[in-house]
Amino acid sequence: MNILDLFRKKPSGNVAKDRLKLLLVSDRANCSPDVMEQIKNEIINVIRKYMEIDTEGLDIQITTTDSDGNNGKVPALMANIPIKEMKHKSEQ
Amino acid sequence: MSEVIVITSGKGGVGKTTTSANVGTGLAKLNKKVVLIDTDIGLRNLDVVMGLENRIVYNLVDVVEGNCRPKQAMIKDKRYDTLYLLPSAQTRDKTSVTPEQMKKLTDELRDEFDYIILDCPAGIEQGFKNAIAGADRALVVTTPEVSAIRDADRIIGILEANEMKRTDLIVNRIRMDMVKKGEMMSIDDVLDILAINLIGAVPDDENIVISTNQGEPLVGNNTLAGQAYMNICRRIVGEEVPLLDLSAGNGFFSKIANIFKKNQ
Repeated sequence: MNILDLFRKKPSGNVAKDRLKLLLVSDRANCSPDVMEQIKNEIINVIRKYMEIDTEGLDIQITTTDSDGNNGKVPALMANIPIKEMKHKSEQ
Repeated sequence: MSEVIVITSGKGGVGKTTTSANVGTGLAKLNKKVVLIDTDIGLRNLDVVMGLENRIVYNLVDVVEGNCRPKQAMIKDKRYDTLYLLPSAQTRDKTSVTPEQMKKLTDELRDEFDYIILDCPAGIEQGFKNAIAGADRALVVTTPEVSAIRDADRIIGILEANEMKRTDLIVNRIRMDMVKKGEMMSIDDVLDILAINLIGAVPDDENIVISTNQGEPLVGNNTLAGQAYMNICRRIVGEEVPLLDLSAGNGFFSKIANIFKKNQ
């Protein structure tokens, strides 16, 4: 271990707390893996109409984000969808 | 007025049985009449922690099936006259008892006891459902770890859905030296996440291992864990007790002080 790592490393207590917060958001949302898979497939089908996407690299999960109001963290559905190529409407 | 309290956690190995033994013994120390019921059918353990394993004749399943009266199955504690244990069956499985039967039994015992403490098995299946069926309140035991807290959150949700009147949290095995270094979640971190009332925190104390080896719960003795459990008992009976300073006893001077205390 590099000596600088000692300063950079986040205390593991905070890591645990952050992991738990994320975990409990999806646990409490009661989103089963089946439902997530369904959501994922439907999103893919919608986006495919407009662009070619990398279905392998696609990542969808429930997480938290800072809200615009004063509510602090709120649950959010985050989707990371890599685009391979845009489809041009004129060509269709 | 008597109270039926279930001690539960979801995850195994966080200290449900140890907590049950110490809470039951502590309440008896406070002159309450207490019966401890081990509801973990097939994996009997509370008898061993209480040091009463050699006195078992009948068990919980025998009582429920009517093979004996509850009085015949209950074992009187070695040290406290007002403390009894109703042991679980070792050679049966969880389907031997139904939630309705458990509720009937705990309601019958209310006439005779101030506190009926139910040691719940791990998991959320039949055994858990049996244990919570007749309970007025729940004590959820967790440790400051991601997996234990996640399970506790799930348990709290299920207890709410089952309209448990009151649910309190016990944070077990906390190590203040690690919390200070930031390498363990603090009690406040855990409360922040689970958002329920804390009824006590118990430090990770090697004396627990020693007391389990001996089969004598350490509640109320001169150890940090013993004090923490006693405080929990006093809060259960309704006393206002400030939270124990768990970082005490780690310093050099308090260790010296402890040596003198032990010799007294």
